[in-house]
Amino acid sequence: MNETVTWKKKSRMGETWRRLQKNKVAVVCLFIILAVFLIAIFAAQIAPYPYAKQDYSSIYSPPSREHLLGTDQLGRDILSRLIYGAGQSLQLAIVSTAIASIIGIVIGALAGYYGGWADNLTMRFFDIYQSIPMFLLCVTLAAVMGPSLTNATLAIGISMIPGPARMMRASILSVREMEYVESAKLVNASSAHIIMKYIIPNAIAPLIVFVTMSMGMNMLAGAAMSYIGLGAQPPVPEWGAMVSDARNIMRDHGTLALYPGVCIMIVVLAFNLLGDGLRDALDPRLKN
Amino acid sequence: MSALLEVRGLKKYFKSGGGWLHAVDDINFTLDEGKTLGVVGESGCGKTTLGRVILRLLEPTEGQIIFEGEDRSAPSKKELVRMREKMQMIFQDPYSSLNPRMSVSELIMEPLLLQGKLTKTQIMQETSKLMDLVGLAGRYGSAYPHELDGGRRQRIGVARALALNPKFIVCDEPVSALDVSIQAQIINLLLDLQERLGLAYMFVTHDLSVVKYISDDIMVMYLGQMVEKAPSEELFVNPTHPYTQALLSAIPVPNLSKRKERIIMQGEITSPIDPKPGCRFKDRCRYAAPECGEPQILKETSPSHFVACCKSNSHN
Repeated sequence: MNETVTWKKKSRMGETWRRLQKNKVAVVCLFIILAVFLIAIFAAQIAPYPYAKQDYSSIYSPPSREHLLGTDQLGRDILSRLIYGAGQSLQLAIVSTAIASIIGIVIGALAGYYGGWADNLTMRFFDIYQSIPMFLLCVTLAAVMGPSLTNATLAIGISMIPGPARMMRASILSVREMEYVESAKLVNASSAHIIMKYIIPNAIAPLIVFVTMSMGMNMLAGAAMSYIGLGAQPPVPEWGAMVSDARNIMRDHGTLALYPGVCIMIVVLAFNLLGDGLRDALDPRLKN
Repeated sequence: MSALLEVRGLKKYFKSGGGWLHAVDDINFTLDEGKTLGVVGESGCGKTTLGRVILRLLEPTEGQIIFEGEDRSAPSKKELVRMREKMQMIFQDPYSSLNPRMSVSELIMEPLLLQGKLTKTQIMQETSKLMDLVGLAGRYGSAYPHELDGGRRQRIGVARALALNPKFIVCDEPVSALDVSIQAQIINLLLDLQERLGLAYMFVTHDLSVVKYISDDIMVMYLGQMVEKAPSEELFVNPTHPYTQALLSAIPVPNLSKRKERIIMQGEITSPIDPKPGCRFKDRCRYAAPECGEPQILKETSPSHFVACCKSNSHN
């Protein structure tokens, strides 16, 4: 028994990635999302026109060589606006999800791990929080802070906190009671070791899925906020705002609302299906 | 020789809906080095709790735990760390007692890493030695527990328990979650390890045929109390407490021509919440008499055979 033994470590990420690749739908969705990211980053290079450039000589022009998707009521190139809008919509989705998830996960983790009256207080507070319809809360917060894309993002982020918090708490509660946590105590593991090696890795999987899915949800909420005028302000081309702009002329020029609407739908759907795929890939029991 | 482990008047009560649930009520026993104490009883009789209290996964309500001649009833943090290197546990369910996010080698080397006494190479060598010892092929080192069958997982649990070189191991129904064919493998592994390493076991189980095979002494528990304790052979030949008699009569006999009387218990289990003084088995006992309402005292009926039943003389 003199050989030096080493066991190669199968990384968790690599394993998840390998399994995600088997899910064709999820892979396609991942590529759609990556593509939208790239479009958003390189919007200035890709877009044929600046998003606010008005051309009064060609308003409501149908798709043509100059304007691939036509122009809107102010003669702005729709394709360019969609390309710039990707950045606005994604930024809104990412930032609001980040706010909700980070605050929510920390609160939920503390409540779940320490339990007792602190847990009780937090959860009762969230009960009250969630008794207010989420959209009403968003609208109220945004209205108080003043209509802008940043404020809409903040408002959505804040009103979404209870979701991840509850989820993290529930997840930690179930992991904390597992026998393997006791087995760690028996070999003199510190609390920090137990939290980092035992609780978080086992509790985080549902959160990853949740975060992915709430990206789509928050993007939709942001679009709705823009639609009622509390989000992106003209001439910023957020997708929801574009639908809103087109609402008066929808009967005659339906495509103006259709294009940004389809964009929202595709990206939200992509996030949701990717979340589904991730859930399957992260569960080690669904081994294949 | 002084005993490795001595437990005196150990009690563990849980607060439960307006009363105290007497999970472990005044347990006394001693265990010598290299010996096995079997603890049997039905579900909810406190046998698992007893193991957890001894290992200080739960705080005892009252009583003393004396390990290697030192009182470890209220250990400091430092003492607790030292104590856990000598006392370990093998869990019931190898499916939930192993962290699913760690590979087999990581699971086995974790106790050594946390102990921090050995270098990385030594730990690696020690890990493969442990895997060898419990009969896990080296190729499983990078596998994850869910990729293995129950028997192999339980071997990981055994290796983890052995990593720190303990003297005493609580086996909390280590085979009840396994297939019968694999049960025998694990039990033989445990017996083999006991012989090689001089381990003392507290073997908690509800499987009477297993406990007979592995134990030197057997303790029968009923609703938190010890009702009978005797050397293994003696208990099976001469069960004295009515509860033990009923338990033993439930063991199937692998012989069609031989019939034995099956004692069917009737009546309800007494509530373990704030139980009345007196025999807790009396509502189900066929020998129950008025004097069973008095507190029962543990008596030595024959050498090292203890029983807590006031009628033990009359019904035998």
